[in-house]
Formats: sequence, C-alpha cells, structure tokens
Amino acid sequence: MEATSVKTSATFSGGVHPAGNKELTSHKPTVTAAIPKRVVIPLSQHIGAPTKPLVVIGQEVKKGEKIGESGGFVSAPVHATVSGKVTAIGSFPHSMGTDMAAVVIESDGKDEWIAGLKETTDYLQLSPDELKKMVSEAGIVGMGGATFPTHVKLSPPKEKPIDVIILNGAECEPYLTSDHRLMVEKSKEIVEGLKILMRILNVKKGYIGIEANKPDAVETMKKAAAGSPDVEVFAVQVKYPQGAEKMLIKAIANRTVPAGGLPMDVGVVVQNVGTAAAIYDAVRYGRPLIERYVTVTGRGVKEPKNFLARIGTPFSQLIEEAGGLTDDAAKVIAGGPMMGMSQYNMEVPVIKGTSGILVLPKAEVSTKSYGPCIRCARCIDACPMHLQPSLIGLFIEKGHYEDAKDYNLMDCFECGSCTFVCPANRPMVQWVKRAKRELAKKKN
Amino acid sequence: MEATPKEQPKEQPKAQRELIVSIGPHMLSEESTAKIMWTVSAALLPATLMSVYYFGLPAIMVIVVCLMTSLLAEAGMQWLLKKPITLSDGSAFLTGLLLALNLPANAPLYIPFVGSVVAIMIAKHLFGGLGFNIFNPALVGRAFVLVSFAKIMTTFVAPATSFMAMDAKTTATPLVLLKEEGMSKLLEVFHTKAMLYRDLFVGNRAGSLGETSVIAILLGGVFLLAKRYITWHIPVTFIATVGILAWIFGGKDGLMTGDGLLHMMSGGLMLGAFFMATDYVTGPSVRSAQVVFGVACGALTVLIRLKGGYPEGVMFAILLMNCFAPLLDRGMRSKVFGKAEAKGVKK
Repeated sequence: MEATSVKTSATFSGGVHPAGNKELTSHKPTVTAAIPKRVVIPLSQHIGAPTKPLVVIGQEVKKGEKIGESGGFVSAPVHATVSGKVTAIGSFPHSMGTDMAAVVIESDGKDEWIAGLKETTDYLQLSPDELKKMVSEAGIVGMGGATFPTHVKLSPPKEKPIDVIILNGAECEPYLTSDHRLMVEKSKEIVEGLKILMRILNVKKGYIGIEANKPDAVETMKKAAAGSPDVEVFAVQVKYPQGAEKMLIKAIANRTVPAGGLPMDVGVVVQNVGTAAAIYDAVRYGRPLIERYVTVTGRGVKEPKNFLARIGTPFSQLIEEAGGLTDDAAKVIAGGPMMGMSQYNMEVPVIKGTSGILVLPKAEVSTKSYGPCIRCARCIDACPMHLQPSLIGLFIEKGHYEDAKDYNLMDCFECGSCTFVCPANRPMVQWVKRAKRELAKKKN
Repeated sequence: MEATPKEQPKEQPKAQRELIVSIGPHMLSEESTAKIMWTVSAALLPATLMSVYYFGLPAIMVIVVCLMTSLLAEAGMQWLLKKPITLSDGSAFLTGLLLALNLPANAPLYIPFVGSVVAIMIAKHLFGGLGFNIFNPALVGRAFVLVSFAKIMTTFVAPATSFMAMDAKTTATPLVLLKEEGMSKLLEVFHTKAMLYRDLFVGNRAGSLGETSVIAILLGGVFLLAKRYITWHIPVTFIATVGILAWIFGGKDGLMTGDGLLHMMSGGLMLGAFFMATDYVTGPSVRSAQVVFGVACGALTVLIRLKGGYPEGVMFAILLMNCFAPLLDRGMRSKVFGKAEAKGVKK
C-alpha cells in the first residue's frame, strides 16, 4: 500500500442513486436557532457507556459546564448547553426510539459561558496526548450520526499504525445539507481541525472527501486547504452510500477494510467534517461540544432551513422555526431518509449526532405492503458490501436466522440500498435488525 | 395552558398530530413488481404484432385464449388457495403472452387453453405462486402440450398472405429442414444464403408465433437492456454459445463448418434468450452464476438440436437449467466486500 495509491478516482461497486432533494436547503446560509427555554440533554448521546450525572436538581449551571461524567473509556462527557437551573433528572424520550436518562435545564436567558475556558493560539505545538485529552474532555463524538467517541478512534493500538486521515464530507444521505453548509461556512476551522487530528496521530497526509454534487463546498474547502500541502480535497462520485466509512476509504485511499474489521486495520481514521470543526473549537477556544449544524428539511415543513442549534433543543422548536409543519406532514425523521429513525414524539432533543430533521408529507410516505421476492437481483447489485440481501431476507422472513448469518448477515451495515431498490417493497433492513437482535439474544 | 376555549381546537390537533413510524429507509425507488411485469409485456409488443402480421387471425385467437385462460386460472387458483387476487401485478398476463408466442398459429384452441392451465395452476401456484416456482411456467405449459399433442405441436404453417389465413400451408421450420434434409434443401426453399438470413431476421418463416422475427424480439430485448430490466449476462452468453458451438460442431464437413448465424436466428433461441431464460424467478440472480447459466443453456440447446430427437432444444435447455439456478446461486455467492482481506487480520 503506497501513498501514491491514494490518488484514485475509483469508487466502490454497488450503491444506489436516490433523488438528492438537497436543493431545498443547500443554498441557504445557516441561521442560529433561538436559545431554548428548556433543554433536555440525554446522558447518553454516543455509542458506549452512558455518562454519570454530576449535577443535582436545583443546581445552577453555566453553559459548557460538565453535567455528565464519562462512564468509561468508550464514552464521552456531556455539558450544559445553556446557563440556568437543573429542573429534572430522569427518563425522557430520545431520538433512538426509547426513553433515556437525561438532565433538564431551564435557561436563565443569560447564556453565560462557564469561567476558565482556555484559549490556545499555538495549539499545534501541544503534544498529541494534551490534544487528545482536550478532545476527550470536550465530549466530542462522531457527528456524522454514528456518534462513536472521537478520542477512542484517536487511540489505535500500537500494532495498527495510522498513515491516512480522511475527513468525511460526502453527506450522501438525501436531503441533508448540514455538512455542506458547514464546509462552505467553516472551511478554515475544518482544515485546522484536520491538522490537529494529523498532529495527534502523527499522520503526514490528510484528505477531505466531498460528493461532487457540492461544487461550492469542494471549491471553498480547496481554497481553505490551499496553504497546506499535506491536506488534499477530493470530489468523490455521487452515489449512496459513498459516505459510509468503508466506501469512502475505498474511493479515496483505494484500500479495502476487511470484513468485520475497522478502518484502522488498513491504517485509516475517518472523521466527519463536523467533528473536525468541533475539535478545532475545543482545542483553540476550550469550548466543549454544545451545539451543531442541523438541517430541518423536507416537504413536510413550510420553510426548510439549516440551523446552528444547541444540543438539547426539542425537535418541535426547530420545526416551528422552520415555519412549522405543513398540513399533510406525516413522518418526522431524525437524520436522513435512508438511515434516519422516524420519531413518534416531536419533543425529542437534538443530540450530538442529529445531522438533520426530515419531515415527509403523507404523499411521500410509503405504506404499501410487501410482496414475494421475485429474485430480480436489484438488491444484489445495489449492496455495497456485496451481500445477497434477497436470500438473507427470505431466510429471516422464515425465521432461519442462522442461515442468514451464513450468508454474511453480520457484514450488513443497514444502509438500506437493498430496500430502496426492491420492487416488491420487502423490508430488508427491518428484517436484518430483527435477525441481529435474535442472534444476540441466543448468544446471551 | 392559557389558551381560550376558542383557540383550543386550533392548537390541539397540532400537539397531537399522529406521526407514521417505521424502520428506514423512508425513501423508496419507483420500481414495482407490477411495473416490471407490464414493461416486459410491453417489450413483447413488436414480436406480438409481427406474429399477427405473419399468421393473421389464428395468431390473435391463440393469444386471446392464452391471456384469458391465464388470467382466469390465476384468479381461480388464488381464490381456491385463499390468497389475495393479484391479476394487476401483470405476472399471469406475461406468462399467458409468453406461452402464446411459443405456440404454433394453427394449434386448435384447446391447446392454448390446456397449456395456460398447466402453466398457471401447476407450474406456478402449486409450487407456491409468484417468486417460488422452480420452472418457467410458460415453458412448462408449452412442454406439457408438446408431449401431449406432439403431432399438432410440431406441425407449423408458413406465413400467410391474407389476414384470415385460410390459405396457410403446413410446412417445416428451417431447423427441421436443416436437421432432416440438410443445408441444400434449406437453400432450395429460401433460394440464397442472403435471402435465408434476411427472412430469418424479419421473421418470414414457419415457427411458433413470436419466435420467428429476430428483429422484433431484438427491439424488445434491447429496450429491456436499456431500461436495465435485464442484463447482458444471460442473453448474450446463451446466444453466443449457440452460435459458436453450432459453428464448431454443426457442419456436415467436419469441425468449424457449421452455420452459427443460422442457428442463432432460428428456432426459439432469440425469444428464449431474451424473454424466457432471463425470467428473474427461475434463473440465477448472482451475475457470475447467470453467465454459467447462459453458457449451459446454449450448450444444451446445441446438443439437443444436433444430437437429440427434437429439432429444437431451447425450451428443454432452459427448463433443465431452471433446476440448477438455486444451486448456481449458492455455489457462486458474491464475494463479500473485504472478505478476502479479512483472512490475515486479527479481530
């Protein structure tokens, strides 16, 4: 694996081309959402151990104050996102579908930062360990939606040396434009964030991958990276799921992450562009992760917009700020239409991984029932992991979970391409989730 | 809440709005089973029109009986089995149409009737219905009437000159002439090689309704290829294999003296390769397995044509290979992304 193999226009094989629908918001500059009167901050906003609350009911907190302590190595602290008083600690609806522990803060309207935030101008002089500690303390997690704690990705075992860092600005989910706007509006911060990442991992070359349907973002990022010969911006093919880690690594570095393996197995770390910007904020200004870009879009809201919103802001507030629901709004989704989760309660809060809120009108929501598999092979052609979703689906439909496993069920990352193309509307992703859960149950 | 009673009815529905919740993806392509079936049926339109042009009213009669019987058999069987009736998905229509295009124009009308009943009731529904049948229903229907009414099914008429087709003369198909009397006889009938090829290409020859016109079938086939409803893997390998093997082994004067082009444009090959072997349900779905399937279909066809008891082998070749489709899919599973790389990696 030579460094020269990086300059390739190759892409992964498979994938689908859903309508982008990004024109609803892609040209709209981000607006800062109102500071919520009340924020619900889940103690678990990441993959890994939930945090332990550090506050009690009635306690006054400042913006940026740590309110949840990391629950282990694979965990990330959470911080107050407004100044005010803690009014409740308990179980609240969460966009992942179940109720989860959360801290509720009533804003005092002052929006005061906690004292003692440390600014650092010569941050690239800091040692990798110091930088990593700052990232970890700031509660930064993967902001593309996976919410994996960032400091864990930055601590690869010794036997897996990293030589490439890729920033993911593909944003292949239809409708979403939060990463797009971030790249246009905060390109310098993203490049600086990438440099901090390169310093932490001692990597000489950093790449930024952007789907070619965002020419203005490619242009701006190229300009921002112009003075940095070690940073290169790539326009990658427009194809879902180009932004999946393994697919992006294939396209940019032409390396194949082993099945069941991680990017570090091929010497690569991938971070979302939003994560890089958050890292810059944390290192340069000492600010923890308390806000993020959120696209509120779809034909189910009256004025689709991009927001900079505090973590803990209820979906309902952002939807109101986007003109409110249309009369025929029928489905509210946290994230994009391919991998996002539909919500039953609009009071769920924005969390660190909420890239968008998509509202679909009734006409765009399919309620068709599914038919028999006609073995047309569209799903086989679409699967970026080269699985046979049709067969896996047939097995799971009949409850043969072990057979599905033999057909590499576990390599499925649930991108939904198979279900998107299926002419019989077969709910493959739903089945895959079921089979994985059933198999896990059997194991325990 | 400080809302006055007057405002309440306006506010409340908003707060209580019911949301649809489901597992993603929340966006689906426009494709549907019905759209596929009706589009494939539409792709058969040129071949259907050519059959009416060449064989006249009798062709229309065969087509109508096949379609009516297929639709009735589908509805009847679904009613008997207490399943939802799905005539609108177009699959029974397509089966009926394909069967009709595989029958001779002069067949008495109980033949399309019996063939359709066998195709839909036995080959399709007794195996589990759409998606679960092992054998191509239209071909099973045709195979059944071929062995049951062998004499009628192997008697073909020449293209007629009038619509009522009263003057239709029974005659042998080019493949029969070639097999039984050789190339010289064939040239006697068609005059020159060029005229032979031209007649085969446009369809001016004896044969089943929809199989004779190469150009009409190609039109539909290319349309399906362009729409990506089918891929090249089966039709191209099937037809090429027949051409190459017929050229190598099909000649009277030793190896490499056969007429590959003649074999490619004769019999039911074009119709079979583009519209029957590509049937999703009864063929393999892994692309590499489809290549093997196509080559094997081609090889079996040539074997039957040259050495078997029948002059034509496309139908039996496809039916035989239908048995192997699931096995091919299993044996030639797609290689999972990163599986090869996973071998040396410690987890």
